[in-house]
Amino acid sequence: MSYAQSLLVGLPLAGFLLNGLAGNRLGKRFVSIVGCGLPIVAFGVALQCLADLTARGGTPLVETAYAWTVIGGRSFEIAFYFDRLTAVMALIVTGVGSLIHVYSIGYMKDDASYARYFAYLNLFLFFMLMLVLGKSLLVLFVGWEGVGLASYLLIGFWFEDADKARAGKKAFITNRIGDAGFLLGMFVLFEAFGTLDMDVINGAFLGGPVAAVSASLVGILLFIGATGKSAQIPLHVWLPDAMAGPTPVSALIHAATMVTAGVYLVARMSGIYLHAAEASAIVAAIGATTALFAATIAIVQTDIKKVLAYSTISQLGFMFVALGVGAYGVAIFHVYTHAFFKACLFLGAGSVIHALGGEQDIRKMGGLARRIPVTFATFAVATAAIAGLPPLAGFFSKDEILWFAFASSRGGSPLLYGVVAGTALLTAFYMFRLLWLTFFGAPRMAPQTARHVHESPVAMTGVLVILAVLSAIGGFLSVPHYLEPLLPLPSVVPELEHLETTLVFISVALALAGLIGAVFLYGGNGERAARLGSNFPLLHRVLFGKYFVDEAYDRLITRPLYWISDRVFLRLGDQRILDGSLNGLAALGQRGAALLSRIQTGSLHLYALLVVAGIVASLAWSWRHG
Amino acid sequence: MLIAVAMALFALGLLGVIVRRNMLVMLMCMELMLNGVNLSLVTFAQQMSSAAGAVLVFLVFVVATAEIAIAIPIVLLLVRRKHVMDLGAYADLKG
Amino acid sequence: MADAVLLNIVLYLPLLGTAALLAVPSRREDAVRQVSLAVMLVQFAITAWLYWRFDPAAGLQFETRIPWIPGWGVNYQIGLDGYNLLLVLLTAFLGPLVVAGSFTAIHKDTKLFYAMVFLVQFAMLGAFVAQDLFLFYLFWEAMMIPMFFIIGIWGGERRIYATLKFVLYTAFGSILMLAAVIYLVYSLYASAGVASFAFADLYRVRLPLPVQTLLLAAFGLSFAIKVPIVPLHTWLPDAHVEAPTAGSVILAGVLLKMGTYGFMKLGFPLFPDATQLLAPVISTLAVVSIIYGACLALVQNDIKKIIAYSSISHLGFVMLGLVSLELIGIQGAVIQMVSHGLVAAGLFLLVGMIYERCHTRELAAYGGLAAVMPVYSVFVALLTLAAIGLPTTSGFTGEFLVLLGAFTAAWPQYERGVAYPLVVSASAIAGVVLGALYMLSFAQRFLFGAVKAPHQPLRDIDFRERIILASLVVVVFALGIFPAEPMRKTELAAREFQQLVLTSRTGTRVADVRVTPGPQRAPATESASKPTIVPR
Repeated sequence: MSYAQSLLVGLPLAGFLLNGLAGNRLGKRFVSIVGCGLPIVAFGVALQCLADLTARGGTPLVETAYAWTVIGGRSFEIAFYFDRLTAVMALIVTGVGSLIHVYSIGYMKDDASYARYFAYLNLFLFFMLMLVLGKSLLVLFVGWEGVGLASYLLIGFWFEDADKARAGKKAFITNRIGDAGFLLGMFVLFEAFGTLDMDVINGAFLGGPVAAVSASLVGILLFIGATGKSAQIPLHVWLPDAMAGPTPVSALIHAATMVTAGVYLVARMSGIYLHAAEASAIVAAIGATTALFAATIAIVQTDIKKVLAYSTISQLGFMFVALGVGAYGVAIFHVYTHAFFKACLFLGAGSVIHALGGEQDIRKMGGLARRIPVTFATFAVATAAIAGLPPLAGFFSKDEILWFAFASSRGGSPLLYGVVAGTALLTAFYMFRLLWLTFFGAPRMAPQTARHVHESPVAMTGVLVILAVLSAIGGFLSVPHYLEPLLPLPSVVPELEHLETTLVFISVALALAGLIGAVFLYGGNGERAARLGSNFPLLHRVLFGKYFVDEAYDRLITRPLYWISDRVFLRLGDQRILDGSLNGLAALGQRGAALLSRIQTGSLHLYALLVVAGIVASLAWSWRHG
Repeated sequence: MLIAVAMALFALGLLGVIVRRNMLVMLMCMELMLNGVNLSLVTFAQQMSSAAGAVLVFLVFVVATAEIAIAIPIVLLLVRRKHVMDLGAYADLKG
Repeated sequence: MADAVLLNIVLYLPLLGTAALLAVPSRREDAVRQVSLAVMLVQFAITAWLYWRFDPAAGLQFETRIPWIPGWGVNYQIGLDGYNLLLVLLTAFLGPLVVAGSFTAIHKDTKLFYAMVFLVQFAMLGAFVAQDLFLFYLFWEAMMIPMFFIIGIWGGERRIYATLKFVLYTAFGSILMLAAVIYLVYSLYASAGVASFAFADLYRVRLPLPVQTLLLAAFGLSFAIKVPIVPLHTWLPDAHVEAPTAGSVILAGVLLKMGTYGFMKLGFPLFPDATQLLAPVISTLAVVSIIYGACLALVQNDIKKIIAYSSISHLGFVMLGLVSLELIGIQGAVIQMVSHGLVAAGLFLLVGMIYERCHTRELAAYGGLAAVMPVYSVFVALLTLAAIGLPTTSGFTGEFLVLLGAFTAAWPQYERGVAYPLVVSASAIAGVVLGALYMLSFAQRFLFGAVKAPHQPLRDIDFRERIILASLVVVVFALGIFPAEPMRKTELAAREFQQLVLTSRTGTRVADVRVTPGPQRAPATESASKPTIVPR
């Protein structure tokens, strides 16, 4: 039996242990070699698995590591499963992951906790691979929680800052809320099928809806988990705060891989969603709403990483729209292209921040195009890709999503298309806004910062170039076509088939409109944008304040929870009622005893009287009952 | 008739113990009670021709004597402390 | 045969240890410590050997059975089975950790302290391995006395209040249990004609449902106070806060499990019909414990109180698993018992270590410890994650299986129209979120942010402390990643438990009882439900 998949999963784990336990002692070189080398080897192993898979004509490779436990004849196994979907995901995770590891060598080289950083990054990779390679929902869940842990550790990496540490906690808790739904979904599935193996469950649904379990219920529950992990409404609040972590972390975890876990989950369980019309409708609705919602927030943000964070939320919304209308392969295609250009954007932002010595406010940037040309060029390519300009990667994937949102027979509608298309327009707009404000115009930074602007080292720029190239040509690999045997594309409503090319042109037009709009408003010295902003102050405040969702959650959930726990449960319940009654009983006992002890007066006369009274009473009683 | 005398002795003694405050008088009343019991024992022994009653009388005599032999010195020691014969003054013995 | 002797040795070794301590002069504190540690290590080694030799398919093993009070049918009967195997191992494992963890914490009356620890160890082990109800009750009561002294002499400021509350509360429950025990044995005697205190015989007693309910309430009260189940839990925070570190570790690590063990071995199997009737009530109380404990842990300022309330929350999961009456839930409950013992013990040891350095347990006094005590912080983080139930830790194994079991039990009832159990088990999942919330909030304020602590500079944990914590963490992860082997050993007992509780046993006549020779009388005819005493 081959051990390739166990090896694939095990390599990053080895990296974690080596770097974590010995990294500080063995120096930065060792850490770099182990920390980056092992993921690269893992990428190689993933390629080998892909080769094996292709040689078998697409039949999945199954590997059982060991039995976690056996209860009542039901076995819970740690097993791995490699099929086409896994191949795409695993290659993205190890490939883009390795690139970001290499980038980190440059980005983090002056950090004191270098070894800890790479240890955590390897730990993340281990859990993420477990997630995508898992055969059963149990293994997936182990990976799922594990990446949550790695995310927590990496967001709060610079833990001396209390705010950053708190952001990590927020991410973990929000994810956990989603996990509650996920667990319920798992339990329902286990109850119906007696197993958590995903291929068995999908297989059971092949013939049609299964009577024993409501597909929609499971679909919704699993989607709740996906909402948490993939930052959709209402559990999206952790992602912008997660930008507190180092930028490569944002690129890897909060752009390319972890946040796509929710998309992967739904795609993997497509068997259920094909028969769950209500659940799919909800998925699409939330995806579209989130996409639009996040895009509107992104157009006014001033922190370079926050813009990208909201952009990620928005793009994830796109993916869920695709999932909701049955185009699972297209959603994965967008995961694939998004990994390239979003990672490139984040790493480019990291390069900019590095060049400016830590500045993240785009109002204080500008005029960088000539001074950091490689960063600029790659950033521009990636921006064009995300905006959807042909023939870059983003064009292909986004166009497919728009098409299916319009024309899919499983829920496509003009309304859905309208929302998604509007979001696409906004996406192009805010991304080009970002590009312009960061790289063009007159420099708006402090003079000392301006003097030190320098291009990043090769470790960083090299990766940027690779990712930019991939963003450019990656779209030509037709992932949906590759995944079709596994994830068939939905059929298109026949009357609308002829509109396909029209929609393509509309997509391009939207992208160009966004570009022109951004240049118009922000070109020159951006005064047109400022005037527009001052014309709608209330709208601007709402958008800038992210619709005050965080504040609402705080008022409606967090503070009442603490208030109830303190006032009602602790003070009223525990202290006053429970302890009070206990202490009251004790006091009662003491007072009773005090009362009774008043008989002891020391007066013999009283005692004698009592003795006589007692004798008389007992005599009377025995005379009565004799 | 003798029984009545014995009962009267016992009752008088009991009343004395309850009512009188002087310690020595209380002791005397207790002796009175014991004597009343003795008289009734002797009377019953004679009426029912049982020797057990007479034996018991001797037992009671001995116990009463021993008891008085200890009680009087205790009273003496107490009175030496407080110079008062009233029992009410010794309530602090309740400990 | 030899293994049975070994089990007895394991049980009495602490007593021998107390005797050995008497021989060591009080002045030689280091000798006292070394002797104590040596005794505990030997005990653990033997227990580990017995665990390795345990045959999963053989039921009660390493049995010793000596008639003790033949007139009442009381035997000295001890043995290991799937119910107590893991708990005995846990107790023996925590023994050396408790002793070693107290080396720098106890400085007055050291000899007496370790003698008390030995006595508690003896009583706890006895209660676990006892197979005779009289013997069990004896050990159950005996546990309280050394604990009273441990908290009362070496405890904190309000130690007298805390220890009195603890002992009186538990004793109250025990009295009721005693009454129930007497009634139960009496029922056996009245209907079968033989008296016996053996568990195996008492499992066959048939009682009418109202009587079963009353007896379950009596037993259950005593166990519920021990677990503890809300609302009988208020003794726990006070006891933990005032106890010395070793006391807290013993209390959280083992003593609380006595309550759940009592339910599993006695409370539920002895009264199956009452259990099935009251299952919704018990599961409700379990979920209330989970959520209430978690909510209270959120708003505490004393670190030990946070861990105390988290114990209440975690043991709520155990009760939920037991009462689900599903094999998955029951096995999950067993693992959760062990997991909680390890994790809570570790957390209390960690608190003890920082208390020795800074002499305060107030969370507000600490901050940013990860920067000044990195190794210590790693252990805090690992045990926090285990408490949260992160997969790969034992906490996940326990919580996941319990929740799955509870759900699997509730779903068929939902399909039949009874929605309540499903509501209960779905609410329990909220415990997962709340657990993460309070533990991470604690870790946040304790480890991260600006550095803040009294008595700086702080020295990181030394070799002895690292070994103690590392041993705990290794077992926690072992149970999380490879739980198959321990669960194999307890499976038979879990099945037996399920069988006993699901089989109805009402009525007034006892079907053939296999019992040790005790006082005999002519077997009763179809009698009324109220047994009467016939003088001999």
